[in-house]
Amino acid sequence: MTPRNLREVVIESLVRAAGYSAVVFVGLIFFFLLREGLPGFAEVSLPALFGSRWYPTEGHYGLLPLIGGSLVVTLGAAAIAVPFGLATAIFISEIAPRWAREILKPLVEILGGLPSVVLGFLGVLVLAPFMRVLLNLPTGLTAFTGSVLLAGMAIPTLVSVAEDALDAVPRNYRDAAVALGASEWQTIWRVTLPAARSGVLTAVMLGIGRAIGETMTVMMVTGNAARLPTTPNSLFLPIRTMTATIAAEMGEVANGSTHYHVLFVIGIVLFVISFIVNLAAGAVVFRRPKRAERVLS
Amino acid sequence: MVNLALAWAERYGAEHPEARLSVTGGGSGTGIAAMINGTASIANASRAIKAEEKQQAEANGLQPVEFVVARDAIAVIVNPANPVARLTIAQLSDIYSGKITNWREAGGQDRPIVLLSRESNSGTHVYFLEQVVRQGRKDDHTLFAPETLLLPSSEGISAEIRQNPNAIGYDGLGYVTPDVKVIAVAGNPAGPFFLPTIETVTKKEYPIARDLYMYTPGQPTGAVKDYLDWIIGPEAQGIVKELGFVPIR
Repeated sequence: MTPRNLREVVIESLVRAAGYSAVVFVGLIFFFLLREGLPGFAEVSLPALFGSRWYPTEGHYGLLPLIGGSLVVTLGAAAIAVPFGLATAIFISEIAPRWAREILKPLVEILGGLPSVVLGFLGVLVLAPFMRVLLNLPTGLTAFTGSVLLAGMAIPTLVSVAEDALDAVPRNYRDAAVALGASEWQTIWRVTLPAARSGVLTAVMLGIGRAIGETMTVMMVTGNAARLPTTPNSLFLPIRTMTATIAAEMGEVANGSTHYHVLFVIGIVLFVISFIVNLAAGAVVFRRPKRAERVLS
Repeated sequence: MVNLALAWAERYGAEHPEARLSVTGGGSGTGIAAMINGTASIANASRAIKAEEKQQAEANGLQPVEFVVARDAIAVIVNPANPVARLTIAQLSDIYSGKITNWREAGGQDRPIVLLSRESNSGTHVYFLEQVVRQGRKDDHTLFAPETLLLPSSEGISAEIRQNPNAIGYDGLGYVTPDVKVIAVAGNPAGPFFLPTIETVTKKEYPIARDLYMYTPGQPTGAVKDYLDWIIGPEAQGIVKELGFVPIR
């Protein structure tokens, strides 16, 4: 074997190992979660796990308030982050003049580098009191405050990825649209955005993924009250998320106790949710392009 | 109390490298049982030894010796703008279990009550649950209302109390900052009401307070005696204060 070939083989196997390692790690993490969490299903009956009361130190292990809390915060964050993030990405990529774009994009990316605990402090000391007075709520530590901060965290990721996707749309698409008499808005909405669809969707999923997995900020600003969010106004009341529960309780729990195993059950639920989100995103991104799209590209 | 025991052991170990200390958690019963069985030289306990535990120890030929090493008092705090200045334990129980949800019902303004608490695994939470929410009744299974906000830190509680006139919270006396209002508490509906201070806690007038103990299986000697002497000394009692407990002097 010549040295050149040897080098090829080594590099190729390294790249392959790196690729497989991602799959192996996810598999190992899932295996670990199952190993620590499955005893929880044996120790606590399923109806008890679907109870509406979370009070582990007194033997109440109902997960519904926590799942509900995470969903409320994440949906709230998505409802804020997606329109704002997409609008920002479109503005930076399509509308802003070149010099503004050179400034705006790095600025947005710096925002993404803010540590979440700093945002949490900002939330506790500034945003929560402001929200309480503005919306006349009993307390400012609510799901909505969490959603606003999480949206603030998701937006930089979303903008950065979506802007790259929009930027990658070939210039002649836009030229063709303009040549057909489309206005600037029609070009963006009907041509550029659909052409960048898969990248934009990835951006949205990455943003939402950041929101649902975020722990520190939600623990600081959502109040952590394990109250089942049943009414629409729950967005403006305190809630407790799955991530905050694990973070707050894992440190003090006795290793191998029922409480410990149930915390891993929460981990499994989180894992399954993010798996479903990714799967759904994948189904849209990787669906077979329509004939018209194939011809165009 | 395990935090305090750990902090003591850590500081003492750093200053006396020849002393070998290890601290194990698990609750007061665990500690006293370990002392009775001879596996621990010192039992830390947040309650006094029970009569049957004493008998067990005597059956093993031990004469447990009790030391009060610190005191734990829980202050109930509200926003300075809240006109409510005093509450009974029964009222606090109704407030925290969600039976009273408006300050009007506790002698205040027409405002919703926002309940703040430490996380359910903190010792303060458990003590407040047993002593206040359940009013010390063993067979009582009342819980904190699900609407209770569980905050991860003392700072989180005081930050919310400082700016929210609806909020009520509690925390170790040592963590109370001057910018919140401390409520006077009475054990009986008729009063008298006491504010938590080092004095009322020491005199056992303030109702939400307890002594923290260390037990040894006999009169301490050698290294154990040195350690206990250090515990009641100024340096260890300074740690007591740092962790939000009340020093014994």
